[in-house]
Amino acid sequence: MTTSQIQDEIISEFSLLDGDMEMTVFYVMELGQKLPPFNEGDKTEDNVVKGCQSKVWLTAKLEDGKILFSADSNTAITKGLVSLLIRIFSGQTPEEILETDLYFMHKIGMERFIGTQRSNGFAAMIRQMKLYALAFKTQLQAK
Amino acid sequence: MNVSASTSVLNISAIRQKFPILNQKVNGKDLVYFDNAATNQKPLQVINALTDYYQGYNANIHRGIHTLAEKATKAFEETRSAMQEFIHAKHVEEVIFTRGVTESINLVASSYGRAFLREGDEIIISALEHHSNIVPWQLIAEEKKAIIKVIPVSDTGEIQLEDYKKLLSSRTKIVAVNHASNSLGTINPIKEIINLAHAHGAVVLIDGAQAAAHLPIDVQSLDCDFYAISSHKMYGPTGAGILYGKKELLEKMPPYMGGGEMIKDVTFEKTTYNDLPYKFEAGTPNIADVVALKEAIFFINELGKENIAAHEDRLLKYAAEKLGALSGVKLIGTAPHKVAVQSFVVKDIHPFDIGQMLDARGIAVRTGHHCTQPLMECFGIEGTVRASFSIYNTKEEIDQLVEGLDRIIKFMK
Repeated sequence: MTTSQIQDEIISEFSLLDGDMEMTVFYVMELGQKLPPFNEGDKTEDNVVKGCQSKVWLTAKLEDGKILFSADSNTAITKGLVSLLIRIFSGQTPEEILETDLYFMHKIGMERFIGTQRSNGFAAMIRQMKLYALAFKTQLQAK
Repeated sequence: MNVSASTSVLNISAIRQKFPILNQKVNGKDLVYFDNAATNQKPLQVINALTDYYQGYNANIHRGIHTLAEKATKAFEETRSAMQEFIHAKHVEEVIFTRGVTESINLVASSYGRAFLREGDEIIISALEHHSNIVPWQLIAEEKKAIIKVIPVSDTGEIQLEDYKKLLSSRTKIVAVNHASNSLGTINPIKEIINLAHAHGAVVLIDGAQAAAHLPIDVQSLDCDFYAISSHKMYGPTGAGILYGKKELLEKMPPYMGGGEMIKDVTFEKTTYNDLPYKFEAGTPNIADVVALKEAIFFINELGKENIAAHEDRLLKYAAEKLGALSGVKLIGTAPHKVAVQSFVVKDIHPFDIGQMLDARGIAVRTGHHCTQPLMECFGIEGTVRASFSIYNTKEEIDQLVEGLDRIIKFMK
């Protein structure tokens, strides 16, 4: 699936919650609980994407031209949002990731998590994922 | 909403009517505003004073000779007089307008500190301080090679007076503590702190940010040397506040900023400074917000601080009892004398998540370290959830907080 198709799928799932903010937040946290476990040994300073209140650990590796992301967060809501980003970006090519315009947050009532980089690691994480994509793209081109 | 006003001499329901912002839905639910220690909401009379000023008599003050300038100057200076009365200062020129507590403390640290601190001198602060009562002292201490000493706090969040006494010596030049803690709500024994400091020849600055809207302030009977207040934490506009300073100290202190208003005569060779309080009020001040601050003072005076404190104290005790009874909740800050601030942590749930989930129910609380990172370290935590109450809050709103929190705790299990 393309990143747009996955985003549309997410939007459709969340639309069942009918805009109820509390249900939305609870659902986001449930998704976070389903995120594959993160390797505890990777919780290093190098892998931290830091926000003032919540932080994210992020690793990435390239396999067959596609990037596989793994992530965790110290807060449940950020972890849930992170799981959505993993769902969209993990397994995509660097080009696809770089070209993706993320719009699902606005459609599921989570847009305020984007603008407040200072308080949560989510917004910083998007930037970090794109930076990984750029780095891997450059690496592939050099080959 | 049903409001139980029966336990208060004040009509809380009528008071709520004066705060238009409260009448709104957030995420589909009635707004419950429990972030009052960060900033409290503004009554209509304050909002009206702002628009009246801009619509009726906006003009630059003090030097204008036209009617609007006269009117603006009069209104501005009336706030100074109202504030003098509010804190019971001896002289009106002891009230200096600033942007708020942060600027007030920076003013004293820079001006007094630069003029009077020497290498090896000591500044005493407490572990309860907001970053704004830590960092300005660190800056001047670094410059003057002075030393900062910190009074520890107990498990309940109270200043340890015995430890404070041990820190005091002839090297102590400044003691800077808050009247009430923003993170925990603890009301500090400032009279005793001031007396002890004076016995060692030190001057005392009191950060009154969390006290101004709740506690009686009498700078003369306290005998404090400096007292700082922010307008926006006492129902007034943001961006305004005061520094109270004893006249004899302010007169000895060099100006903090240079510019217009603070001068008598300027030549390229030599400038003579204006008298108090203008010596410390360089540039065009925040006229509109200072003018509207007077209405905030009147609002508090009309209700009576004792009545405000009694209502808030009832809310605090109710909240502490109800929150403390929830499974996994630990109250942080349990001193017997507190302003209406209740911090807490919940086992295995990050404060950030709690804040977000409560917001989804329209409940505004603060989460994090509350600009008191060293204090959080003392308690071995990263941060707390903080609910802080004001005159317009009700027990029913606390029930909503408790209900929301209960739901979150059950969900996260």
